[in-house]
Amino acid sequence: NRKGVALLAVVATLKLATMAAAGGKPAVLLLRPVDAPFAAALRDRFRVLDLYAPGQALPALAFVAAAAAVPEPPRATVIWGGVRVDASFLDAAPSLRCVVSTAAGLDHIDLAECARRGVAVANSGEVYSTDVADYAVGLLLDVLRRVSASERYVRRGSWAAQGDYPLGSKLGGKRVGIIGLGNIGSRIAKRLEAFGCIIHYNSRKPKDSVSYKYFPNVHELAAESDVLVVACALNKATRHIVNKDVLEALGKDGVVVNIGRGANIDEAELVIALREGKIAGAGLDVFEHEPKVPAELFSMENVVLSRHVAVLTEESRSDLRAHTIGNLEAFFSGQPLLTPVHADSLAQ
Amino acid sequence: PVATAEQPTHPPHNSQPLPLPPSVPPAAMAMESLGVLLLHPMNAYLEQELDSRFRLFRFWDSPPDGRAEFLRANSSAIRAVVGNAGYNADAALIDALPSLEIVASFSVGIDRVDLPKCRERGIRVTNTPDVLTDDVADLAVGLAIAALRKIPQADRYVRAGLWKAKGDYTLTTRFSGKRVAILGLGRIGLAIAKRAEAFGCSISYHSRSEKPFPNYKFFTNVVDLAANCDVLIVACSLNAETHHMVNRKVMDALGPDGVLINIGRGALVDEPELVSALLEKRLGAAGLDVFEHEPFAPEQLFSLDNVVLVPHVGSDTEETCKAMADLVLKNLEAHALNKPLLTPVP
Repeated sequence: NRKGVALLAVVATLKLATMAAAGGKPAVLLLRPVDAPFAAALRDRFRVLDLYAPGQALPALAFVAAAAAVPEPPRATVIWGGVRVDASFLDAAPSLRCVVSTAAGLDHIDLAECARRGVAVANSGEVYSTDVADYAVGLLLDVLRRVSASERYVRRGSWAAQGDYPLGSKLGGKRVGIIGLGNIGSRIAKRLEAFGCIIHYNSRKPKDSVSYKYFPNVHELAAESDVLVVACALNKATRHIVNKDVLEALGKDGVVVNIGRGANIDEAELVIALREGKIAGAGLDVFEHEPKVPAELFSMENVVLSRHVAVLTEESRSDLRAHTIGNLEAFFSGQPLLTPVHADSLAQ
Repeated sequence: PVATAEQPTHPPHNSQPLPLPPSVPPAAMAMESLGVLLLHPMNAYLEQELDSRFRLFRFWDSPPDGRAEFLRANSSAIRAVVGNAGYNADAALIDALPSLEIVASFSVGIDRVDLPKCRERGIRVTNTPDVLTDDVADLAVGLAIAALRKIPQADRYVRAGLWKAKGDYTLTTRFSGKRVAILGLGRIGLAIAKRAEAFGCSISYHSRSEKPFPNYKFFTNVVDLAANCDVLIVACSLNAETHHMVNRKVMDALGPDGVLINIGRGALVDEPELVSALLEKRLGAAGLDVFEHEPFAPEQLFSLDNVVLVPHVGSDTEETCKAMADLVLKNLEAHALNKPLLTPVP
């Protein structure tokens, strides 16, 4: 059959590839596109089975199965958020013992299934945390001080024609409620303290190492905050954690910033709250159905919209490269992973 | 007392003098008689309070070609002027107001007040320091992040409906850890330094004199300052010495990866040179709150994605504008009542 022939062709190609490559290097299954420096760094150290190699036409799962069939199949894989690591994925590549994810979140990995099979998982650690925290602060300043909105005003010539832009709101003294005080949330807190903000937070458990006021649930956090920042992972417990009740508790002068996942917020309710003036504004880098953004937001002056770029700097790119290779080298040399993830850690 | 059929109207012989009608307390009279010329509709609350507490003259009530006549007609009454960053008491206005005693500026920068002339005439000047320090420092950092991380650009992109594929992006540059240089380490410059430090930025500065901050590196000249930083933030006041202080040499030293942020005054930067440096990519990016010819920002910059342009909003929050207005009002009140001014300009 055609599929079988195609599979054999790929296996043959891969066999040739592995034979042609220098001996001794462990095989790595690469399931995300990488830039040239990253590709070179991987090739220096590993035999790379690259889903995105030029001319490689098999779809992902078929490629994974083909890779699993080569002699000395890959024991480690590098993935991103677009690869769903579940039972069927792991069935397709039984040789895999280690999954190294370059994504910021972990919602695409069935951690329990990996644990059951003894497959180690490494995440991106703190590689993105600084840039995401910076972006969250930038979004909040933009919303409160109307940077993007007043910029549009200048660019369309309205400053000369219509006079001063309406006033914004002072950041200093605002109570900022951070949902999730992990690597990202704690960096946001430290930055905003320097602006004179009062930090409140909700986390699964209170953190003894900080003096910020803890709230056992997001509703109470919202009721005593002027700003809500979503900085938590997405999982069953945090889906729509910012819902209609939370938005109402935040109130008509409240601002929401989301640098987590779109689904942390009930987007439909957020749009309604903004439309009806139930909250004062929002800064959003993520949405429930990217790249679809509710069109109603496009005409709102009190909203700042961004296209899921909080992690995307040159620096985080090179940090990620070093970090991913570090995890792979640790695995292949029998050392503990740099940033292992366990099934019970919901990453924040 | 009103005469009625029952009550006699003649006061008794040894009575006290008739009571006077209720009198206006002297303080209120002193304030109501202070003629205040407001140069521009800069703030509704300020205008409303000036109107209710003092005798308010609105400069824009007169047509542009009738201003001289307006001033002549009211020159004996006008003893105070309230100006701001854009409209203030210059030589011509001061000359036209022989009764002028005080200029109370709704701003901290008073480069548009003719200070020598005020000194010559014994006219006191007040401004609004401290109450706006936080907001201006916040905006400086907000502009730096916006310029480096291209937030307004992302917002424009999404609003234009251009975000069609999930992986669609351009890489920007991290703000944290950048070398931040501050031109002018006064109240605002220090507040900027404190915020930038929370992002792990190193701080360097140039000021008229070195300050007692051993963690901040002092540079004796602006070119060296620019050559040794990633982000240069202009936070000094405008005067004859600082005019066009950020010139072509400084911008070349800052370079094609450098970012210039200006929250001071437009004329601190040579604007035509800035425009060509950006257009020719000799300068990496800019975040500008102030311009040489407000409310006009250079249109040649409108097509660039590495520039953030905002309309002089450094202190433009509800909270701070009210605090600034209250300070103007308190200074005028103190002047009217012969009490010490709160924030006189030395």
